[in-house]
Amino acid sequence: MGPHPQTWLKTTPAGLYCEPGDFYIDPLRPVARAVISHAHADHARPGHEAVLATQGTLAVMRTRMGAERAGGAMQALAYNEKIKLGDVTVTLHPAGHVLGSAQVAMEYQGAKAIVSGDYKRQPDPTCAPFEVVPCDVFVTEATFGLPVFQHPDAADEIAKLLASVALFPERTHVVGCYALGKCQRLIGELRLAGYDAPIYLHGAHMPVCETYRAEGVVLGELRPATVAAKAALKGAIVLAPPSAIADRWARRMEDPVICMASGWMRIRQRAKAGGIELPLIISDHADWNALLSTIREVGAPEIWVTHGGEEGLIHALSRLQIRARALRLIGYGDEDAE
Amino acid sequence: MKDFSELLERLLFSPGRNTKISLLHAYFTSRPDPERGYALAAIAGALDFPGAKPAALRAMAEARTDPELFALSYDFVGDLAETIALIWPNAHADASPELPEIISALRAAKRDAIPGLVATWLDAADSSTRIALIKLITGGLRVGASLRLAKLALAELGGVDVNEIEEVWHSLEPPYESLFAWLEHRAPRPHPDEKPVFRPVMLAHPIEAKDLAALDWSAHRAEWKWDGIRVQLVATPHGKRLYTRNADDISHAFPEIIDAMHFHAVLDGELLVIRDNIVAPFSDLQQRLNRKTVSAAMLQNFPAGIRLYDILFDSDEDLRTQNFDARRQHLEAFFEREQPQRMDLSPLIKFEVHHELGLLRDGAREAAIEGLMIKRGDSPYLSGRPKGMWWKWKREPLSVDAVLMYAQRGHGKRSSYYSDYTFGVWNEAGELVPIGKAYSGYTDTELAYLDKWIRNHTTARFGPVREVEKEIVFEVGFDAAQRSSRHKSGVALRFPRILRIRTDKPAAEADQLEAVQALIT
Ligand SMILES: [Zn+2]
Repeated sequence: MGPHPQTWLKTTPAGLYCEPGDFYIDPLRPVARAVISHAHADHARPGHEAVLATQGTLAVMRTRMGAERAGGAMQALAYNEKIKLGDVTVTLHPAGHVLGSAQVAMEYQGAKAIVSGDYKRQPDPTCAPFEVVPCDVFVTEATFGLPVFQHPDAADEIAKLLASVALFPERTHVVGCYALGKCQRLIGELRLAGYDAPIYLHGAHMPVCETYRAEGVVLGELRPATVAAKAALKGAIVLAPPSAIADRWARRMEDPVICMASGWMRIRQRAKAGGIELPLIISDHADWNALLSTIREVGAPEIWVTHGGEEGLIHALSRLQIRARALRLIGYGDEDAE
Repeated sequence: MKDFSELLERLLFSPGRNTKISLLHAYFTSRPDPERGYALAAIAGALDFPGAKPAALRAMAEARTDPELFALSYDFVGDLAETIALIWPNAHADASPELPEIISALRAAKRDAIPGLVATWLDAADSSTRIALIKLITGGLRVGASLRLAKLALAELGGVDVNEIEEVWHSLEPPYESLFAWLEHRAPRPHPDEKPVFRPVMLAHPIEAKDLAALDWSAHRAEWKWDGIRVQLVATPHGKRLYTRNADDISHAFPEIIDAMHFHAVLDGELLVIRDNIVAPFSDLQQRLNRKTVSAAMLQNFPAGIRLYDILFDSDEDLRTQNFDARRQHLEAFFEREQPQRMDLSPLIKFEVHHELGLLRDGAREAAIEGLMIKRGDSPYLSGRPKGMWWKWKREPLSVDAVLMYAQRGHGKRSSYYSDYTFGVWNEAGELVPIGKAYSGYTDTELAYLDKWIRNHTTARFGPVREVEKEIVFEVGFDAAQRSSRHKSGVALRFPRILRIRTDKPAAEADQLEAVQALIT
């Protein structure tokens, strides 16, 4: 094993910096060279001079920020393809989080560190599944880093939604979900469950769906959810940003059933406080068991834990005699805090 | 019990009354006997079986995870039953037994075998089923639907008027197979016979300024609203009962009232402690409530009586369709005829114009009077809270400025917030002494603000209670101040609630104990 990653991966105010490669991973401020794990706004920020990411991530970044702001030189790297940056070999491996999401693997003088970005282990019809890659240091997220978070199968939650649609055919089911990833996954899961009616989208959700389609993801018929079409929305499923389900936009629907798809919905208080009538526990982040099993599978002797329930996860890892420490990076977990 | 727990979960999250009725209707239609009957009994709080203590379940959950992870999780979730349910290792599929099996297994089990039994069920259940199971077994099952909504759903299912269900309800027992058989037209309506069953009570609306202005006063009657417990007395050849307005049977706690029922009738009245014809404060009545046995000393020191408001049945004559004036005459004649011990008639108040009543109401500072009842002379005795029939006109609340001293987490919906507040006023020695506790009156925004403030200004912890810096002043409203030996201050407030947070007032300027003592009635 070569030099310990803590000697060449540094936390700086701009984010995590790989010194021998002279690049940042998911930097928080504009930098000269950035490697981006995925296109969620808290990981992919505008204004870097050079950006390296998967084709899927770059496509979504262009859609959301415009080609100008998305970055200067945009270089696509396929999954599992190697590239040399400085003295460091970089590989991107699927993270199973959203379209294009990648774990950033870095090898330097025989030592290997992987920054997983955000990831999940549940199947997702709209993105490539997480790939287990052995390494010396594994940097994991811990959004759901408490044992109370055990996500049920998405198919069961979708079944709940469809049962409710059948029970209340006169009402409109408005599902709050994030525009990137969750929205397309819900559509994909609904299609897998055999739901082939048109699915209606809030205006903010359309562009990323178009990008997914352009990248080859099949989503079926999607229609804009406009108030003019209110009558057509009776009995329909409408997907909207979480911010829209609480305000007048959703209330204008026909006697809406307010739903929310998020890992946080596992806590009743969260659902109650948000005025959610039908909570759906569907998450694009690893749950507690998936965090532990992933850490076991990658077999890294040392774990660095970022944003979320670090305390619980680090405690559990110490009981398993795995070295773990918190990697304090400010600023993540904003967009898809779920 | 997956279907039942899914029903409970949807009821919990559904704000709409009609939605809840639809959910209940769908459940009662799709589930078999006796499961649906036990579910109905669970909603009604009519199930009787040995349970387990939350602490025993917590210990099992900690053993399956880790005490520190449990503590971190509990702190995050806020509700103990929910934490246990969520942290319990997930089963691959739900294979938990149905409600009837659970009830009969609990009834058959030895008490010390129950936690182990529960654990095997939790191992086989999914998380929403686990929450329902834990709440059921620890006695914390609070359903976001009242029994009334379940009855409305049943009425819909059977195509009958809900009052027909109310009427037979108290002669029925879980799992209510005869009820479902009747509603599904497989059997005739169950007959209450002559059992001493509870009849649905008629309730009043609070009156508002616009109602006061619009009322035709000549068509209305007025009575005092006595500050006791609204009760129903039922005496038939087959038994005698004393019920609260929520149909709880409290006969055992008031044997002297039962002994005084030498008639056959159903009466509506107020249960009070009365000494030498003077009604004692509510705190005296509280001494008699929630007791399993009644000592001779209790009977002597806190003698109970009934102030009668109304008559529903005289023998088996149903008077409920008659109007209030006719029933009142009937009640007076009944009273004259029977002369029951420990009872008197709540007098009607004569008045010419309603301003006169307003003055009477404000003048009545007697502790035993909460305000006035205004009843339409032509109102039949209807169940529930029919519109425009009976009104309650409470006195203006008294108020005091008091300082927040301690806070505790609430229950149910508020379990993750510090929402129960103990407040106090200054005594002569310049110390704060607690005078009461309030759980209501604040808005959600105020609650969130207080919760955060409390977490950041805690000075000490005693179990679930936090002592806080003495900075927040509440304007606390209450109906009456009474002498109390339980509080160090010697004062207890009746129905305290937070009227507002006095951000404008420094704690030092909150009220003195003397000022509160002067309000004791
Ligand atoms: Zn993300």
